[in-house]
Amino acid sequence: MPIRTEIVSQDRIVFQGEADLVMLPGAEGMMGILPNHAPLLTTLQYGIITVRSKSDEFYFTVAGGIVEVQPDQVTILADAAENVAEIDIARAEAAMQRAEEMLKAGVPQDPDRYLKIQAALRRSTLRIDAARRYTQGRKKRD
Amino acid sequence: MPSGKEMRLRIRSIKNLAQVTKALETVSASKVRKAVQAVSATQPYAEKAWKVLVHLARQPGHAMLHPLLIQREQVKKILVIVISSDRGLAGSYNVNIVRHTLQRFHKSEKPVEYITVGRKGRDMLIRRGCKVMAEFSDIANVPTFADLSTVGRLAINSYLDGNVDEVYVAYTQFRNMIRQEPVIEKLLPMDIEVTGLTHGGMTTHPSTAVFLYEPDETGLLDEIIPRFTALQVYQAVLSAQASEHAARMVSMRNATDSARELGAILQMDYNKARQQAITSEMLDIAGGANALAESMAG
Repeated sequence: MPIRTEIVSQDRIVFQGEADLVMLPGAEGMMGILPNHAPLLTTLQYGIITVRSKSDEFYFTVAGGIVEVQPDQVTILADAAENVAEIDIARAEAAMQRAEEMLKAGVPQDPDRYLKIQAALRRSTLRIDAARRYTQGRKKRD
Repeated sequence: MPSGKEMRLRIRSIKNLAQVTKALETVSASKVRKAVQAVSATQPYAEKAWKVLVHLARQPGHAMLHPLLIQREQVKKILVIVISSDRGLAGSYNVNIVRHTLQRFHKSEKPVEYITVGRKGRDMLIRRGCKVMAEFSDIANVPTFADLSTVGRLAINSYLDGNVDEVYVAYTQFRNMIRQEPVIEKLLPMDIEVTGLTHGGMTTHPSTAVFLYEPDETGLLDEIIPRFTALQVYQAVLSAQASEHAARMVSMRNATDSARELGAILQMDYNKARQQAITSEMLDIAGGANALAESMAG
């Protein structure tokens, strides 16, 4: 029995489909969800979600959120989720560089701004990491 | 009576004006569509988040006692987020939302502070001596959720710090192209019974199975309520944008119509004046010729 899987972010539906295994970065660490999992609600951390079915495997970066697990269903309420295949490495690298330069120029006084830069840095690092690891791995397997 | 040249210039400038307003109308029409699409794109998340939220809040025990869900006995200060536009030329759009907000809050016995989104609303509120705690302007056309999450966070922090005891959002709800209504909704403390109605009266999760919670119910509510509040603000801004563009479209259409009407009247006046000038000239010539003929004959 496959698991109905949905990843929705605040402004769109990122993924909708069936899976045999969903791996996600839960509050207490990575967890693999198989069919007939006990009902569960957990928060998400920064990380990568893997959705695997017999024929295919998808990867998504996620910047936190909440997951609801039912025996036959996984609903992921994600903050800024993105399919790894859609990541533009060049753009992510440019974003990382910008953030690093801003931090090098000195820690800004405004805590909001500091948090923003840090978030940008974390996000771009994750995206680059994910894109390198998974898009290349995928090509090899094809 | 202006000269023929002056009249020609005036007619031309009015025709140009009609062209500009017509262009603005077309642009606004496409922006309405985009904003409406953005509003409906937030629906799936809103519905799911709401289900989870209600499910958590209804758990017996301490979950119902979450600080963001508790009505405070004494309301000392109120915070209102007012959503208006940065630019004018949108008919009575900005005036309406500000008037609607003030009608409800200006005479309030409790002190009210405002957070404004949009320059027009900010200016109007300051002019009337309202206290603006924070303002956001230059909001992108169809902003991303991240662009606006600060607004929600600010409201939540003020609430949790005890600076304010109730938070409302005032925005213009988009109903359709010709109907936009200023509305005021309560954001915090979140009233799950009432909010449920505006979100389609969704029921809790059908499953009665025992859930596992990581970290625990309160921790999850800590995560989900701020997200939901921020989403409500985001939806309000998108809906307000749709209304703004619709209002601008209608007012530009009216402007185009009046410009065309005025152009037609002026053209008619011009034609009449021109015809009169020609007639009188011809009479002059005819008169002169007659006089000449008479003098020759005589």
